[in-house]
Amino acid sequence: MSVPRGALGIVVPLALLGSWQLLAGSGVYSEAQLPPPGEVVAAFGELAGRGELWHHLAISTQRVLIGFAFGAGGGLALGALVGLSRAANAALSPTIQALRAVPSLAWVPLLLLWLGIGETPKIVLVAIGAFFPVYSTVSAALAHVDPQLVEVGRAYGRSGVRLIGTVLFPAATPSILSGLRLGLAQGWLFLVAAELIASSMGLGFLLIDSQNTGRTDVMLLAIVLLAALGKLSDTLLGLAGWRLLAARR
Amino acid sequence: MSSSLPGPAGLDFSRVGKDFVVNGRGRPVLTGIDLSVAAGEVIAVLGPSGCGKSTLLRMAGGLETTGEGSLSVDGRPVRRFEPRCAVVFQEPRLMPWRTLHRNVAFGLPRGVTGEQARTEVEHWLDVVGLRDFARHRPRQLSGGMAQRAALARALARRPGVLLLDEPFAALDALTRLRMQDLLVDVQRTAGTTVLLVTHDVDEALHLADRVVLLGVTGKAATIRSVIAVPGARPRDRADPVLAELRVELLAELGVGTPTVHGRTQP
Repeated sequence: MSVPRGALGIVVPLALLGSWQLLAGSGVYSEAQLPPPGEVVAAFGELAGRGELWHHLAISTQRVLIGFAFGAGGGLALGALVGLSRAANAALSPTIQALRAVPSLAWVPLLLLWLGIGETPKIVLVAIGAFFPVYSTVSAALAHVDPQLVEVGRAYGRSGVRLIGTVLFPAATPSILSGLRLGLAQGWLFLVAAELIASSMGLGFLLIDSQNTGRTDVMLLAIVLLAALGKLSDTLLGLAGWRLLAARR
Repeated sequence: MSSSLPGPAGLDFSRVGKDFVVNGRGRPVLTGIDLSVAAGEVIAVLGPSGCGKSTLLRMAGGLETTGEGSLSVDGRPVRRFEPRCAVVFQEPRLMPWRTLHRNVAFGLPRGVTGEQARTEVEHWLDVVGLRDFARHRPRQLSGGMAQRAALARALARRPGVLLLDEPFAALDALTRLRMQDLLVDVQRTAGTTVLLVTHDVDEALHLADRVVLLGVTGKAATIRSVIAVPGARPRDRADPVLAELRVELLAELGVGTPTVHGRTQP
């Protein structure tokens, strides 16, 4: 078995591409319903040629990165507070759980009303999306650090901030990293929700615009680009986390 | 080591007792413990499982509050997480994300940093025979090696009293004997006061100056007897005097040794 595992991961996408081509050529669907992959590549060329595509990509990526930074930062801070302090847990946890239960789209009208239709409501919605996975994993990871290790920390004179820095956070780091990845993924999810409803740019706008203009090829292109960008950002974050963990392995 | 090295400390239990609260009701575990451990002395606390041996040790280390009575190290009352004591638990409890070197460094007193810290950690790693493993992670070690690292971490704290909570119980028989010999060596060089909790009679006799036997009388456990172990360490495991003490202690613990009566005494 000399096939590298990375190469194995490309098999399914290629198979999907093949079936897509076959299905599009079979005549089961009209070209307006399912254009062949070639059309999508052509649409890519067209949009990229006009320079429009880069704007959509850049603005979506920017919204996700800024929103993720705020959401993940807030999730880390509040997750740490709730995970480390029983009082904070008792006081805040029920409210946060309830807010978490609100579906993403439910926030949209309120955010538009309060924050207008500029960049802010979109970034806030992405931040809301990124916040909850980070908050949940961080608070759970910190609350469930091996009590035997915590006791060692205390027995060897660590308390307060020093206990958090030398025992609690290092012990929770792997979980915190996976929480950040979940948060980033959910940030992309909420981005599309925001852009579908009120925007004039971005991949979500491209989706809704292509629906209005009957450009199924552009619609599929936007979906493929969302998949690629989501995977790319997750891979980069995963690599950064892996390097952090490898440094202490 | 530096000249400011605090020497071994004495440990005093005075009418110490402890209740555990189960379902809202207090259940006495230990009562009326009176014991004076001299500086540099090695005491083994022996008793059946569940009799409160570990609780006794945890109170001495300030890991648990003293219920009644008073507990002091060198005349000053034991505080919460007493800084003059260092504990080795039954499990190594090393930080899996730290190298052995940094795990041992975790035990250093707060002011010790830089070059001095490095030298001290290397010294203690050397003492427990782990010099070549300084850069290893805990998961790369055997149970015995991990427990040696935990011992080095405790010694790095330069404790007045070393508290050992059944530290060798989870090791295989041969490793356990080696660890006992290592402890004898370390104790001789460092001169530390040691309170060792164990359920192993041979271990107690091999290591301790005095063996404190806990037993349940009435509801709670208390000291049944204190036996001075003759002979300087390192001791011969086959010493007939120790063999007699062994039979005596086992009998006190309720374990009969029928063969002893038939054996010809030397």
